[in-house]
Amino acid sequence: MNDVIQSLPQVLIDGFILGAVYAIVALGYTMVYGILELINFAHGEIFMSGAFIGTAFLFVFSGLGLFHSLPALLILIIVLVLTSVLTGFIGMGIERVAYRPLRKAPKLITLITAIGISFLLQDIVRFITELKRGNYILTGPSLFNSQHSIKTHSILSSFGNAQIKSASIIILVVAVIMMITLDFFINKTKWGMAMRAVAQDRETASLMSVNVNKVISLTFFLGSALGGATGVLFAVQYNTIDPYIGFILGLKAFTAAVLGGIGNIRGAMVGGFLIGILEMFASANLSTITSGVLGSEYKDVFAFAILIIVLIFKPEGIFGKSVAEKV
Amino acid sequence: MDRIKGYLQNNKLAQAILICVYVLTTSLSLYLLQESVIAFLLVLFSLYLLYLTNFKNSIKWISAIFILTILVPYVSSQGTAFQSYMDVSTLVGIYVAMALGLNIVVGLAGLLDLGFIAFFAIGAYTYAIFSTNQVTHFIHTNFFPLTGNSFWLFILIGGIVAVIAGILLGIPVLRVKGDYLAIVTLGFGEIIRIVFNNLDRPINFTNGAQGISGIPSPTIFGYVISDSSQFYYVVLAILGIVILAVTRLENSKLGRSWKAVRENEIAAQSMGVHLVRTKLLAFAIGASFSGMMGVVFSAKQMFIDPTSFTMLQSITILVMVILGGMGSVPGVILGAALVTILNLQVLTEVTNYLNQLTLDGVISIPTALSPAKMQRFIFGMVLILVAIFRPQGLLPAQNKKVKKEDLVESSIEEHKQTISI
Repeated sequence: MNDVIQSLPQVLIDGFILGAVYAIVALGYTMVYGILELINFAHGEIFMSGAFIGTAFLFVFSGLGLFHSLPALLILIIVLVLTSVLTGFIGMGIERVAYRPLRKAPKLITLITAIGISFLLQDIVRFITELKRGNYILTGPSLFNSQHSIKTHSILSSFGNAQIKSASIIILVVAVIMMITLDFFINKTKWGMAMRAVAQDRETASLMSVNVNKVISLTFFLGSALGGATGVLFAVQYNTIDPYIGFILGLKAFTAAVLGGIGNIRGAMVGGFLIGILEMFASANLSTITSGVLGSEYKDVFAFAILIIVLIFKPEGIFGKSVAEKV
Repeated sequence: MDRIKGYLQNNKLAQAILICVYVLTTSLSLYLLQESVIAFLLVLFSLYLLYLTNFKNSIKWISAIFILTILVPYVSSQGTAFQSYMDVSTLVGIYVAMALGLNIVVGLAGLLDLGFIAFFAIGAYTYAIFSTNQVTHFIHTNFFPLTGNSFWLFILIGGIVAVIAGILLGIPVLRVKGDYLAIVTLGFGEIIRIVFNNLDRPINFTNGAQGISGIPSPTIFGYVISDSSQFYYVVLAILGIVILAVTRLENSKLGRSWKAVRENEIAAQSMGVHLVRTKLLAFAIGASFSGMMGVVFSAKQMFIDPTSFTMLQSITILVMVILGGMGSVPGVILGAALVTILNLQVLTEVTNYLNQLTLDGVISIPTALSPAKMQRFIFGMVLILVAIFRPQGLLPAQNKKVKKEDLVESSIEEHKQTISI
C-alpha cells in the first residue's frame, strides 16, 4: 500500500499527460459522432498519420540543421501547424471520398468503409515509412531533453517526488490550449453555432441556410487537425512510433468519449483525463494490488472493462443526456 | 454474345454439355499438369458455373458433392503438390464455415462484429488446452490430457464455450445502440488475444506467447487423421452441416426476424420481435460456428499461438462476407473462397514471381511493396470499393419468393372480402 501512495504523484502526472492525448483524440470521435452519428474508425489512424508526418518534418528540419539555429519550441509549433493542416485535409478528403456518398446508406455500410479507410491508412503509412527508412518502426529525433523534479514529498510525507520531462510540460500546455480554443470555437463563434445546429437537426439547419456539407467538412477538418497535432505531441513525448499505434489508442479514446457522453465536447475532455489516469494507475499498481496475479500487460483490458461497465450502467455517459430515438 | 447467353439460359441440355466439357477439360489439365495452381483453381471454379445453371437444387447438390469429394481429390492427387492443394482447400473450408457464421451476425441480423476471431480463438484454445499437457498445470487427474478421440466431442464443446462467451459479451452490449457493438467487439477481439498471450501466470493456462504445440490429431475408430487430404473430408462434412443449417435458418421464423431487425429495429419490435433475444441468438449462433471451426483449426495446425488470432483475421472474415454479399449464402461462400485463395495462393505466388524478377534484375520491387505484405491495403480497398459501388456484394442476397398460387386459397379470399367490406 505504501508503494501505491508513494508513487501516486508520478502516476497522476503521467496519467494526466496520457489523458491529455486521449482527450484530444476523443474530441475527434465525439465531434464526428455528434454530427453524423458515425463512429469514425479512421480517426485513430489520423492520429497515427499525424505522428508520422510530424516525425518526417522533424527529420527534414534536423537535416536542414534548423535544430541549432531555431529554438525547439518554435520548431515544435511550426511542425504542429504544418501537420495539423495536412491531417485536417486528409480527414476532409476521407469524408468527401468515403463517407459523403454513403450518407443515406445504412449505418452498417458506412462503418465498413470506415474500417476500410483505417486499414488503408495503416498500410500506406507502413509502406511509405518502410520504403524511406527500411523499417516501419520509427524513432524520431528528440526535441526537449531536460527533466524536472517536482517536490511533492513536501506536500505529504508519504509521497515520493515526481519526475516530469520538459516535453511533457509543453505537451500538457499545448493540449490544454487546443482544448480551450476548440471549446471557444464551438460555443462562441458563428461556425461553431452552425456545427451545433447541424448536430441537432441536419435538415432544419439546412433550412436555416446553413451549408450542411461545408459544416461537416469543417468538423472533419477540425477533428483530424487536432488528432494529427496530438500525434505529433505523442511522437515527441514517447519518441518511438509504429503504424499500428492508432488502433488501440483510438479504442481507448473512443472509450473516453463514451465515458464522457458521446457527442459532448467537454465530456470527452474529462473522459480522456479519467481514462489516462486510471490506465497509468493500473499499469503502475496492478501487479502490486493483485500481488503479482495480474501484470501491467492487462492495462488495455482495464480500459476496455471501463467501456463495458459504462455501457451497462450509464450508456449515455457521465455528462450525456439520454435521448429518445427519433422515429 | 447476348444471343449465346439467352440461348444458354433457356437450354438445360446446352448447360449440361457445357459444364461437363468444362469439368472434363479442367480436370484433365490438372491431372496432367500437377504443378499448375491455375488448373486447380479452374477446377474449383466449376462449382460457380454449376451454381449459375438452372438445374434443380438436388441435382446441383449431388454434382457439387461429387466434384468436391471425388473429382478434386482424385485429379489433384497425382503429383507432389497434392497435400498443399488439400491444405488450401481445407483452409478454404474452415474459412467458408466461419464466414457463414459471421454472415448470420452481420448479413442477416445487421450487427457489425469486428472481433469474430475471438470466438475462433476460444474454440481453438479449448481443444488445445484439454488435449495437451497444458491441462496438467491446473487439473491433476489421470483423466487428462485427452486423446484425439475426444476431438469429435470437442467440436461441440468448442461451439458451446464460444456461445457462452458470445452471450456474456452480448448481454451488456446488445441492449445499447447498434454501433457500440462494433467497437466493443473490436476491443473484445484484442482483449482475448492479450489475455491468451499473458495467461501463462500465475497458473499456466495457455503457455503465453509461446503457444501450445503437440495438439493431437483426431482419431476415429483407431484411425488417425493427420494429413491435409484426410482433414479435407472432415472439414467438408462439417461444412455440409453448416451450410444446411444456415440455409434452413435463413428462411425460418428466426431468420426472418433477423432480417426484420436488420431493416428496422423499431418496426420489427412493433411487430412483436423480441429485439435483445433475437440479436443475442444471432450473436451466439454465429459465435458457435466460429468456435467449432477453431477446434478444427487447432487440430489441423497442431500448434496455436496468439498471433493467429489478430484483428487482421477478424477483418479478413468481414471482407469475405462483404465481398460475397451480406446475407447471401452462395455469395459468402464465393467471397470466403476468393479471399482465402487470394491470401494463401495468389499473394504468395505473385510475391515469389516478383522476387524472382528482382533476382534476375528485370525490375526491382522494394520489399516494402511486396504483395504479401499488402493485405491490409488490399482488404481496405475491397471494403471501401464494395461498400461504395456494390454494397450488395458479388452475389446479392435474394429473398425467398412465394408464388401467389401456393398461398392458401382461403386466406386470399378472406383478404378480398375484408377489402370489399
